[in-house]
Amino acid sequence: MTRKGSPFKGAMTIAMKEAADHMTSARMHLIMLLVMLSATGAVYGAIGRITETTAEDPFLFLKLLTIAREPLPSFAALLGFLLPLVAIALGFDAVNGEYARRTMSRLLAQPIYRDAVLFGKFLGAMIVLAVALLTLWLLMTGLGILFLGLPPSAADVVRGLAYMAATLAYAGVWLALAIAFSTMIRSPATSALAALSVWLVLTVFWGMIAPLVAGAVAPIDPLDPMTMVTQYETQQAIARLSPQRLYGEVAAILLDPAARSISPLFFDQLQGAIVGAPLPTLQSLLVVWPQLSGMVAAMILLFTLAYVAFQRQEVRA
Amino acid sequence: MSNRAIDAKGLVKRYGSTIAVAGVDLAVNAGEVVGLLGPNGAGKTTTILMLLGLTEPSEGSVRILGKDPLRQPLEVKQEVGYLPDAVGFYETMTGRENLAYTARLAGIPQDLARERIGAALDKVRLSGVADRRVATYSRGMRQRLGLAELLMRNCRVAILDEPTSGLDPQSTQELLALIQSLSQHGMTILLASHMLNVVQSICHRVALFNKGRIGFIGTIEELADRIGGGAFVIDVEAEGVDLSTLSARTDGVKSVVPGRRGHWLVEANRDVRPELARLVVEGGGSLRNLDLRRAQLHQAYNRYFAEVGHDA
Repeated sequence: MTRKGSPFKGAMTIAMKEAADHMTSARMHLIMLLVMLSATGAVYGAIGRITETTAEDPFLFLKLLTIAREPLPSFAALLGFLLPLVAIALGFDAVNGEYARRTMSRLLAQPIYRDAVLFGKFLGAMIVLAVALLTLWLLMTGLGILFLGLPPSAADVVRGLAYMAATLAYAGVWLALAIAFSTMIRSPATSALAALSVWLVLTVFWGMIAPLVAGAVAPIDPLDPMTMVTQYETQQAIARLSPQRLYGEVAAILLDPAARSISPLFFDQLQGAIVGAPLPTLQSLLVVWPQLSGMVAAMILLFTLAYVAFQRQEVRA
Repeated sequence: MSNRAIDAKGLVKRYGSTIAVAGVDLAVNAGEVVGLLGPNGAGKTTTILMLLGLTEPSEGSVRILGKDPLRQPLEVKQEVGYLPDAVGFYETMTGRENLAYTARLAGIPQDLARERIGAALDKVRLSGVADRRVATYSRGMRQRLGLAELLMRNCRVAILDEPTSGLDPQSTQELLALIQSLSQHGMTILLASHMLNVVQSICHRVALFNKGRIGFIGTIEELADRIGGGAFVIDVEAEGVDLSTLSARTDGVKSVVPGRRGHWLVEANRDVRPELARLVVEGGGSLRNLDLRRAQLHQAYNRYFAEVGHDA
C-alpha cells in the first residue's frame, strides 16, 4: 500500500523541539558539566605533560587529546567512556516518555507520519551531541592555544574534525541503542537501566570476555605458532563487537599520525616503512574505514530495530 | 456531494485470536454529534484508532470526509482532531508554546498560527494563563487546551475520547458548552464517554457498542422506543383515578410505573398526553400535572444492556 505525503514532514520541527528540550534540561546540564570538567581536567593534565616532556611536535594538539596524566585518563579515553552516558541520557525516554506523558496519541494524531517522530527524535539528540562535541573540541583547542602558545596546524584541525565526526558516529550507536530500548520497553526507568547494563557490559567487561571466548573458540596449539595469531585475531574480532573497541581503534589511528595498523603486523609488512613517519590523514582514515563503517552500520541497525518496533506499536496513550 | 463526514464499513480488528472489533458500520453526517457508548472493552477506542488511521483495520474500510486514513493519512489528519482521555501536553512548555508546536507540525504558517492560537485560547478562556507552563494547569484546563488545539487547527471532524472524565461539575459544564459551540460551528463530533448525562446533553445520536459491534445507532428516543420503554416519558399527577389500569389500554403506552401516591410515570412511543388527560377526566378524577420528559439515556442504556447482556 502506498502512502501519500513525505514521511519526513514535521521531522525537523520535532528535531528542533527535542534539541531545545535537551539543551534546557537539568539532566543534560548536569551530565555535560561532568563531561566538560573531566575533559578540561584531562586536557589540562596533558598540557602539563607536554610542556614538561615534548620539545617539538607537528601534532601537538592531537597529543592534547591522547596524553594522559595520572590519575585522569586521556581526553579520548574519557570521551569513549562518558559519551555513551550522554547519548543514553538523551535517548532512554525518547519514545516511552511520550507514552508516560500521554502525549503520544496526540502527537501521532497530527498530520505527520510515525517516521517523522522517530527520525526527529534521533536527529534532535544528534544535533545536541554534535553541538556538545564541537563546543568541547573548541574549548580544548582554546585551552591548548592558551597554555601552549601555539596555533593548531592544518593537519591537527583536519584530523581533529575527522575524530569528532567518528566520535559523533560512536555517540550515535549508543543513542540508537537507547532509543531502541525506549521503543521496546514501556517504563523509562527500565529502559535506562537496560541501556546502562549494555553499556557496562560492552565498555567494562567486554575486554575480559573477549579473550575468554577467543580462548574457547580458537585454542592455542603449542606446536603451531600460527594458532597464536588466529586466537589473537579471533579475540580482536569478538572485542570489535563492542562499539567502544571500534571507537578506541579509530581514535588511536586518527589521533596518532604515526600509527599504521590496529592489527598484528609482521616484520615483512613493515619493510620499507619509516618508523615514526606520519601517515597522510586520508591514509589514516582508510586504515580505520572498517571501524567507522562498523559504527555507522551498528547505528543504522539499532535505529532500524527501533523503527520497526515503533511502526508495529499499538498507540493507546 | 455527499454529506457524510465519517463512513466506516465492516471494520474488524483482530489481535491474534482476540477480536477487538467484530464488524463495525458507522456513518456520521457532517455537523452531527454522535456519542459512542458501551462497556469497557466493547471496541470504542479501537474503532476510534482505526478511524484516525493510528491502527490498521484487519478488515473493512474507512472514509473520513471521503478520504482513506490509511492511504491519505496526512490529508485525513489535517482535517481530524483528536482529544484523548486525559490529554497530555509538554509540561515544561506553556499552553501557547504547546499550541505553536502543533501548529508547526500541522504546517500552519507562523503568522496565521499566532492569530488562530490567540483566538482559540480566547474561545476556551485560557488567554490569561496561556503563558504559564502546562505543569501548572488543572485537568479541566488541559482538556480546554486540547479543544483549543482543535479550534486552532480548524478541524472539520473532532474525535473526543472521554473528554469529561475526572472533571469537576463546573469544568464539565464549561467543556460541554465548548463542545456544543464547536458543533454549532459545523464541526462533526464523535464523542466516546461513559457519562451518559453528558452524551444525552450534546449528542444528536448514540451508537451502542457491545462485544466489538455496534448493537444500536440512532437517537435516544429511537433507542428508548426500540428497547421497549418508549421514547416519551410522561409524569402524571392526578387524584381520584387509578391510572395504572386505565392507561394500560391506551394505544402507544408501553408501561405505567406508579410513583408516590397520585403519581405515575407513563412510557409511550408517542405523545399520549391528550389521551391521558381524557382518561383522568372521564374516570372522574382531577388532573394536577401532565409533564412530558425526554427519554433518559441512562435508563435506556441500562435496559438495553440488561436485554442484550455484555461481557464487561
